[in-house]
Amino acid sequence: MSSMRILIIEDDTEAANYLAKALREAGHLADHAADGLEGYDKARDGGYDVLVVDRMLPKLDGLSLIGGLRAQKLETPVLILSALGQVDDRVKGLRAGGDDYLTKPYAFSELLARIEVLARRKSSGAGEETVYRVGALELDRLSHKLTRNGKEIILQPREFRLLEYLMKHAGQVVTRTMLLENVWDYHFDPQTNVIDVHISRLRAKIDKGFEPQLLQTIRGAGYMIRDANH
Amino acid sequence: MTPIIKLLRSTAFKISLIYLLVTAVGTGLVLGRVGWNVTHLIDAQIRQTVDTDITGLSEQYSEGGIAQLVAAIERRSRQPGAGLYLVTTRAGEPIVGNVSSLPEGVLSQPGLVITDYLRAGETTGSHRAIARIFQLPGGFRLLVGHDIEEGMRLRRIFVGALITSLIWLVIIGTIGGLWIARRVLHRVDTINDKARAIVGGDLSARLPSAGTGDELDRLVDNLNSMLDRISLLAVGLREVSDNIAHDLKTPLTRLRSRAEQALQFSKSPEDYRVALEKVIEESDSLIRIFNALLMIARAEAGAGPDNLVDFDAADVARDVGELYEPAAEDRGLGLDVEAAPGLMLHGSRELIGQAVANLVDNALKYGVPPKGAEARVSIAAKRLGPMIEISVGDHGPGIAPADRERVQERFVRLENSRSRPGSGLGLSLAAAVARLHRGTLRFEDNAPGLRAVLSLPAAASLPPKLAPPAPRGEAA
Repeated sequence: MSSMRILIIEDDTEAANYLAKALREAGHLADHAADGLEGYDKARDGGYDVLVVDRMLPKLDGLSLIGGLRAQKLETPVLILSALGQVDDRVKGLRAGGDDYLTKPYAFSELLARIEVLARRKSSGAGEETVYRVGALELDRLSHKLTRNGKEIILQPREFRLLEYLMKHAGQVVTRTMLLENVWDYHFDPQTNVIDVHISRLRAKIDKGFEPQLLQTIRGAGYMIRDANH
Repeated sequence: MTPIIKLLRSTAFKISLIYLLVTAVGTGLVLGRVGWNVTHLIDAQIRQTVDTDITGLSEQYSEGGIAQLVAAIERRSRQPGAGLYLVTTRAGEPIVGNVSSLPEGVLSQPGLVITDYLRAGETTGSHRAIARIFQLPGGFRLLVGHDIEEGMRLRRIFVGALITSLIWLVIIGTIGGLWIARRVLHRVDTINDKARAIVGGDLSARLPSAGTGDELDRLVDNLNSMLDRISLLAVGLREVSDNIAHDLKTPLTRLRSRAEQALQFSKSPEDYRVALEKVIEESDSLIRIFNALLMIARAEAGAGPDNLVDFDAADVARDVGELYEPAAEDRGLGLDVEAAPGLMLHGSRELIGQAVANLVDNALKYGVPPKGAEARVSIAAKRLGPMIEISVGDHGPGIAPADRERVQERFVRLENSRSRPGSGLGLSLAAAVARLHRGTLRFEDNAPGLRAVLSLPAAASLPPKLAPPAPRGEAA
């Protein structure tokens, strides 16, 4: 993943510094704005790839800030951070123009995975092709056909959607919650390892008996599909 | 505030005063009207008598002139209860009549007059009369009149009666008002005293009722049932906060001691890494407990989600079933879903989905049957009258009937589940979601095993609510 310019708009300086440091560690450029107005100005002029916006900010609250940017036709992807985790708050955040929503406290790996997915969607318009390819694995979104080395693999409808989402974001880490949200459309935290079991079933179908192994587990973060030979 | 001011300011007294004023005005109007009517009638009669006299006398005069008139008057004035008559010369010398004294100048104005007079033979005690005065040819003057002292007295009696009755009315009314106000105030004061004691912390006290079944008693009864409800909630709250303190402090203590141990005993970076990972794990489980508690609290406060939609319970049952099917298989359990489409619910798909997921989660954790029994978890959705029931059944050890209510409470974990992971909040959350949608969560015997039933009102039987537009699609 190439380096991104990220603006963190967050009034808790310690949290923001930690986040900026971790993002730089991950190879990105991170700036910080401590209140809504400063954040608005920087976001408008700075040419950032992704904005990370806290919902509750001094001077200008997060949702108004996003609304203002969108009214100015600034389409930089926005990840909303909020201590409010209820379903309504998420819906309100997304309706105000946010692209993704993450509840505090969060795992950094979760935040990083979501930022990278957001940034790539903007930069390449990725995911609009009709056929996804990872190595010799080919997924045809129109005919719902999946082949590896030309050999057809039969998937259940949900397994197909799971793989489709993974391949759309090939080369990027996808977390368990992202999968639950985007494949099942639920935002709660299943206490059982339901997603892991789905992944291992999928893996048995697409990777078993093939080399290299495409569907990888990223420890402490989630999953990624990619062709290691590329 | 002194007792008397308190009494005067009481609503009961103010109402009495208003009532008193209305009664006084009414009494005044009635008595006044009757008095006016009676005196008016008497006046009219007197005038008529005078007029009849005049008609008779004028006949005498036209027949025989002044001489016959004088004779007639002489005759009439001697009759008992006679009217008043007087004939004078031009100079004012009386010729005939029964009036001995008149005020100066009365006779010089012809027409109707009201005047004081003295009757012939009397020297003191002037009376009042109504009289008509005529100027006759030859300078003679004639007065024909009638005493009106009777009518005057009657009017005075009426006015006197009016004033006395009003005075008594005000006195009795004020005393009565004060008495009623004191009575009501006394009851309200006892209620207030008790209420202050309750506010002061004695939640077991109840407001006194007089046992008469009047409106104050009914108010007191209702307030008392409200107090019952409040003290029930207070007891519940105390239990909950005790539980929260216990169940949050346990993982917090673990978290703290792990960090402490890491500082004390870690030798290598690898040791630190492992210790920190454990710390993160502990804090994640704390966050989970916290989120669940918040969601339950919100559901119980009745502040429901505002993104309510119509959705098919069968879809939720199938989605959740499909989500958990591989995990169930991992544990050696079969999972089937039985749900015919068209079971429309109105509410939060997300919350109901989570409630069903919690029930399935529970079934996977605790519904593993003894060896040889059928290892199967069944999710079913069906319509039952106005309700839609989503049930999750297993063939595990089940829950004893005595515990079935208790497991819905926060943090309650039955003895045989304490050793396994879990927060004890899953069922509380499911129950809270059910209540939020005006439904219930109940447990039945699945013979053998447990069946948890989420019973929710079908979409048509709920009042329609404004459903906001669908949220933006894919979030990533």
